[in-house]
Amino acid sequence: MGDFLLLAFIFLAAGVIAVPVASRLGLGSVLGYLLAGIAISPLLSALNVDIISIQHFAEFGVVMMLFLVGLELEPKLLWEMRTKLIGLGGLQVGLTAVAVTAIAMALGQPWSVSLAIGFVLALSSTAIVLQTLNEKGLMKSDGGQSSFSVLLFQDIAVIPILAVLPLLALPEVVELAYMAIEGDAYADDAHHGGDDHGTSLNLIAGLPGWAQMLATLGAIGAVIVVGNVLTRPLFRFIAWARLRELFTAAALMGVTGIALLMTAVGLSPALGTFLAGVVLANSEYRHELESDIDPFRGLLLGLFFITVGASVDFALLAANLGPILAVTFGLMALKAGILFILALIFKIQGSARWLFTLALAQAGEFGFVLLSFTTQNNVIPDAVADQLLLVVALSMLLTPLLFIIFDKVIAPRFSETSAREPDEIEANGGVIIAGHGRFGGIVNRMLRGAGFNTTVLDYSSEQLEMLRTFGFEVFFGDATRPDLLHAAGIESAKMLVICIDDREHITTLAKYMKAHHPNVHVVARAVDRRHVYELYAAGVRDIIRETFDSGVRAGRSAYEALGVHPFEAERLARQFTADDRHAIRQLAEVYREGVPVSENPEYVALAKKLMEERESQMRGGGRGFNTRDERGWVPPGKNDLKAILSEHAERKGE
Amino acid sequence: MTRVILYYAHPGQRFSHSNKAMWDEAKKVDGITRVDLYADYPRFNIDIEREQQRLLDHDLIVLQSPLFWYSTPSLVKEWIDLTLEHGFAYGHEGTQLKGKTLLMALTAAGPHDAYSEEGYQRYPLRTFLTPFEQTARLCGMGFASPYVLFGSLRAVEDRRIPPHAEGYRRLLEAYRDDRVDEAAASKLDVVEAEHVNALIKDQSSHG
Repeated sequence: MGDFLLLAFIFLAAGVIAVPVASRLGLGSVLGYLLAGIAISPLLSALNVDIISIQHFAEFGVVMMLFLVGLELEPKLLWEMRTKLIGLGGLQVGLTAVAVTAIAMALGQPWSVSLAIGFVLALSSTAIVLQTLNEKGLMKSDGGQSSFSVLLFQDIAVIPILAVLPLLALPEVVELAYMAIEGDAYADDAHHGGDDHGTSLNLIAGLPGWAQMLATLGAIGAVIVVGNVLTRPLFRFIAWARLRELFTAAALMGVTGIALLMTAVGLSPALGTFLAGVVLANSEYRHELESDIDPFRGLLLGLFFITVGASVDFALLAANLGPILAVTFGLMALKAGILFILALIFKIQGSARWLFTLALAQAGEFGFVLLSFTTQNNVIPDAVADQLLLVVALSMLLTPLLFIIFDKVIAPRFSETSAREPDEIEANGGVIIAGHGRFGGIVNRMLRGAGFNTTVLDYSSEQLEMLRTFGFEVFFGDATRPDLLHAAGIESAKMLVICIDDREHITTLAKYMKAHHPNVHVVARAVDRRHVYELYAAGVRDIIRETFDSGVRAGRSAYEALGVHPFEAERLARQFTADDRHAIRQLAEVYREGVPVSENPEYVALAKKLMEERESQMRGGGRGFNTRDERGWVPPGKNDLKAILSEHAERKGE
Repeated sequence: MTRVILYYAHPGQRFSHSNKAMWDEAKKVDGITRVDLYADYPRFNIDIEREQQRLLDHDLIVLQSPLFWYSTPSLVKEWIDLTLEHGFAYGHEGTQLKGKTLLMALTAAGPHDAYSEEGYQRYPLRTFLTPFEQTARLCGMGFASPYVLFGSLRAVEDRRIPPHAEGYRRLLEAYRDDRVDEAAASKLDVVEAEHVNALIKDQSSHG
């Protein structure tokens, strides 16, 4: 117990001290953790700590990260990525492996060892790259997406690589092939806290090939079905307890459960949780899951990076400084070169090309896993493997530096929009305005003009710089990111006005607000009618169609130009607005998310009914909409007069 | 020469017979200013400076409207509330309208005899107009006997609209030309079409 507390304290303290310093110096959190690891490595070796087993445990952070990445990625988007995933990813792994193998052979290694080294070094570090891309808000950029495609392919490629590597060791070929999916296979080894006896976890190893295939597909199917069908009831069930930590527990349970299931069928747990994430990307619990898992992911990845830093064998490095540095730089240059060529082939433009090239130029944590696997299987001699471990670790250490070069040197040359880091927000306004374009700008001017305090978020840096020079309080950042909203003071805000122009982002933000800040009033911009329904379904009641009012005003001007009296034109416009809002509200009630309106019988019936009402009014009154107020200005009829007179007579008689 | 401004206030002009006829007839009068209040301010956004200037530029302010619930249509009230500011129309240094005159031209649905103690409206029309009369008085303005069409509901079939509209035109012209016998007019509670002839002095010179 005492040991555990001491160890936990050392790791936590190292991170807590090093990361803010690194961030302050603009180095990013990853480098901070890595340096922290290097700093405490003498202490850890004095305490005789098994860094590698801690590293294996910490790698579960990668599994969680892929789950989170999956959550961000709707199935539709994943499908759109398929060319990049297979083409870009496949070529990157293939070409790099071939090139590294060739060089290793040229350096005098046997072909089998060379091929193993090729595979080991072809892979990149999912942990470092995704963590850094997320931190910089570059995940959704072109370069980020391309990088992610390659990383995802690598994650898939690990499975066949694990199968092939034992074949490279000379005798007992067939038995070793089985060991690949069995025994100390990557999956168990990497993701179960250094559980070196994870054999029993792989339940299907003894089955024939077709049954394994079936079990694998079954497991994937189970993840999809459970994610789609059971999440909702499960979360509702949990909600009864009214304990926030239970959501966290359930989220962790889900992720570990999937990891377990995937391991059982010999798949990568990271892949499985990624898939589960994609399945849940459309779910309303997505943000809940995100915020539950995120802290664990962050801590585990931090721990992982610290262990990477701590595992650098400086004695060995000092002894072979020249060759190891040469190999490391050579490897990174080679990988970067291949990536750059691929970026050219796949037409990745501008700063994204450089981001892609520099981000993936390292060897990654899979390298550690594969190296220990290869030494166990006697594919690579220990001496070579130890040096390669250093190369992998060094290349990971250097990656944050490459990101810094990208930030400081390359990105400023291209459009700055995607590369700027979110500003630190200190102002606390009563009203948060998301988006300061043609729409949000008007809202902001109106509110400021009336003396209300606003906080504006926008991710167009040009727009912001211009506004800042005029003394407006505006902040850079993607308003759909919860942490940014938090930073903008959403907890204490009275209101959020959503003025961004991307339809999907508006809806995402509205849903997030409903789920997490139901008490903050939301005014949302809608791009069209259908978007109004979506937002209505998301719980927003203050929905403004972006072009509706100007359309109505144009209609009113047309009335006036056609000789309609201005006041009547005004009333017709008002009535049109009222009728339209009435109709849209009614229709919003029957709209069902994800169902095209033409396939929603309730919607069709109501729309028809409303249309008929409109038509009968047209035939009856000569106008499409009922101008109710006119009765007040039409003189009463003779019957009215009669009634007045007879009542007067009655009163007189009393 | 009296500078005349005619404010016409009717929110439902498409449905109007008598007011429309009066307005059309008033358009024939040269040398006066005409304002369709609901056309100028369909969104009730009264331009106060402009309205005060209009008042300064004229001597006789004519307010033509139907009688809605013993008062004018609502925009007139808004116009009064905003335009007749203290410091301009009344109160400390509010002397700008002193000596001017307010003339109301109204159409009432009920017949004349309804506006009496015995009638179903229970009060004479002038009683309902006392807020306007007092408004004018507080601003140092005269309140001329209003020009009224009673029984406007039956006016079309009784063919009373053309003479009423014509009387309106002649009255406006006479006010413009300072030919109204104001002493005689002030003796009447309300002026109707039939009174117009008697109130206009010097008819021959007009032809």
